[in-house]
Amino acid sequence: MIIESIKMSWSNIINNKMRSFLTVLGVVIGVASVIALITIVEGATGSITEQISALGANKITVQAMGTPLKQGLNQKDLSKLSAIEYVSGVSPTISSSTAIVYNNNAETNITVQGKNEVYFKSESKNIASGRGINILDVENKTQVAVIGSEIAQKLFLGKSPVGEQIKVNGCTYTVVGLLKPTSGFALGSTNDVVMIPYTSAMKTLGVRSITSVDVYMADSAKSDAIISSINGVLNEAFNYREKAYNVFNMQDMLNAMGNITGMMSMILAGIASISLVVGGIGIMNMMLVSVTERTTEIGLRKALGAEPGRIQLQFLIESVFLSLFGGIIGLMLGVLVAFVAAMVIDFTLKITVGTILLAVGFSATVGIIFGYAPARKASRLNPIDALRHV
Amino acid sequence: MSEILVMKDIVKCYYLGGETQVVLDKVNLTITQGEFVSILGPSGSGKSTLMNIIGCLDVPTSGKYVLADNDVEDLDERELARIRNKEIGFVFQSFQLLPRLSALENVELPMIYAGVPVQQRKKRAAAILERVGLHDKMRNYPNQLSGGQQQRVAIARSVVTEPTILLADEPTGALDQNTGKQIMELFTELNNEGRTIIMITHDINIANHSKRVVNILDGKLIEQPRDSISSGNTIERSV
Repeated sequence: MIIESIKMSWSNIINNKMRSFLTVLGVVIGVASVIALITIVEGATGSITEQISALGANKITVQAMGTPLKQGLNQKDLSKLSAIEYVSGVSPTISSSTAIVYNNNAETNITVQGKNEVYFKSESKNIASGRGINILDVENKTQVAVIGSEIAQKLFLGKSPVGEQIKVNGCTYTVVGLLKPTSGFALGSTNDVVMIPYTSAMKTLGVRSITSVDVYMADSAKSDAIISSINGVLNEAFNYREKAYNVFNMQDMLNAMGNITGMMSMILAGIASISLVVGGIGIMNMMLVSVTERTTEIGLRKALGAEPGRIQLQFLIESVFLSLFGGIIGLMLGVLVAFVAAMVIDFTLKITVGTILLAVGFSATVGIIFGYAPARKASRLNPIDALRHV
Repeated sequence: MSEILVMKDIVKCYYLGGETQVVLDKVNLTITQGEFVSILGPSGSGKSTLMNIIGCLDVPTSGKYVLADNDVEDLDERELARIRNKEIGFVFQSFQLLPRLSALENVELPMIYAGVPVQQRKKRAAAILERVGLHDKMRNYPNQLSGGQQQRVAIARSVVTEPTILLADEPTGALDQNTGKQIMELFTELNNEGRTIIMITHDINIANHSKRVVNILDGKLIEQPRDSISSGNTIERSV
């Protein structure tokens, strides 16, 4: 019986090609815009999230501004922080701007960062050649450096920098490693940075205390417990002075951003779905015209024994068929638009089963809602009047 | 012979602008299995209304109507649709074939609503089309058929479900005289095969093909004496 109805619907759609096409166009545009917007927002969000995650979703950043008495953290504070449960390591960063010289080639205002072995263990994949800074370098205050790709290009002009000697703030350092170029949104780029052991950095750059520390978590699900332990250590270190430090969790930022983009995609999809409603009205209009045109047919079918429910079902199937058809074309069009956008804005396109179900579900719902009234009208036609209508 | 249709004191009124118009006035009619009855009357006599009530397309204002042991009183639209499907085969003046379906598919229609499986449907539709002499026209669409052929398809459609009554409304009204005569011969053959036929017409010559004629005038039925049927002229006088 459903098959019969689908066959009849198909023949009606085929027999009114132009009208069906124009009617379906409304749904196509509606579904396409909803799908394109959702896919674009999701894809862009995914790319941004990935970039931020790459910076370290598994770390908590501590900024210690300190107090007049104690201007940052010391070695003791660091060992206390690394002793916290679920903390896999602590990496201090000492940052300063200074001049770097290789032979007679000098670059001023280069960011020099003091790091430890924990940083290079966590980010080992970022080494392009040579090695990172290890624990012996840190303990012995070895004068070795790992340099960013842009700096390497500027100083060594394409020559391999590993093994060469440079001067950092007047002290001689041996280059032991080259960092991979970072790309994309350039957030936290290390392309123009020179990294040296933080102990050496404190000596060479004349820094006495540590103001920035990354705490790596062994289990990021435990971040709340870890943060409260960090607060405990820092409160003690700074004698419970207010505003002496900041604790910043990357995961919190990711979550906040997820909320914002989620809301944004809902709002955009909401606006786009207005066009879906317009498309639905188009379907309703066509179905009403169709009912009027086929009054005699409806009357005859009733005379031959079609129950009102069957007539209603047939018209309902026809409208759902139309809108589903539009939905599928709209889905393809929307994905195509998103694909083009992905190439232009440069993000990875993600088409989920959810998106497809959304398109299909949306259009089927439109068909049912806007097909109901015409179908009901058809089912209620009086067969005598309908047969007389010629 | 069993009575398959019994009408007792059927009244049908229409309400137009506060005025009551009596279209059928206490109609009594009994039809037995195998009869070929014509209901003869001029336009406005109430014959269309009577046909609608016989065909279960309409319900009487009052009175009792029993069709093949179904009491048609108090039935809702769904139940009426089922009775139409099972008990009545309609033949209309304007054929009423669906233009987008082939002859075979048109004949299949009532069987779809009766829930007959596809294979059986096709077989039965083909057999009945052969019976009405259209074995070579099954794949044709209505617009590829002559009027007489279209009416044959419609007749095939009306009997394919083996209904209790074949109800024909001016079946020759849209046909030329010769074709009309052939259609009437088909009706006679079907009647000879045991089918009960009720035909509504205003044409005495057409009515004369049937075995029994009932006149209707101003909503009242007058039974035509059987012996007068052969000589058609007397009917006009008696009305």
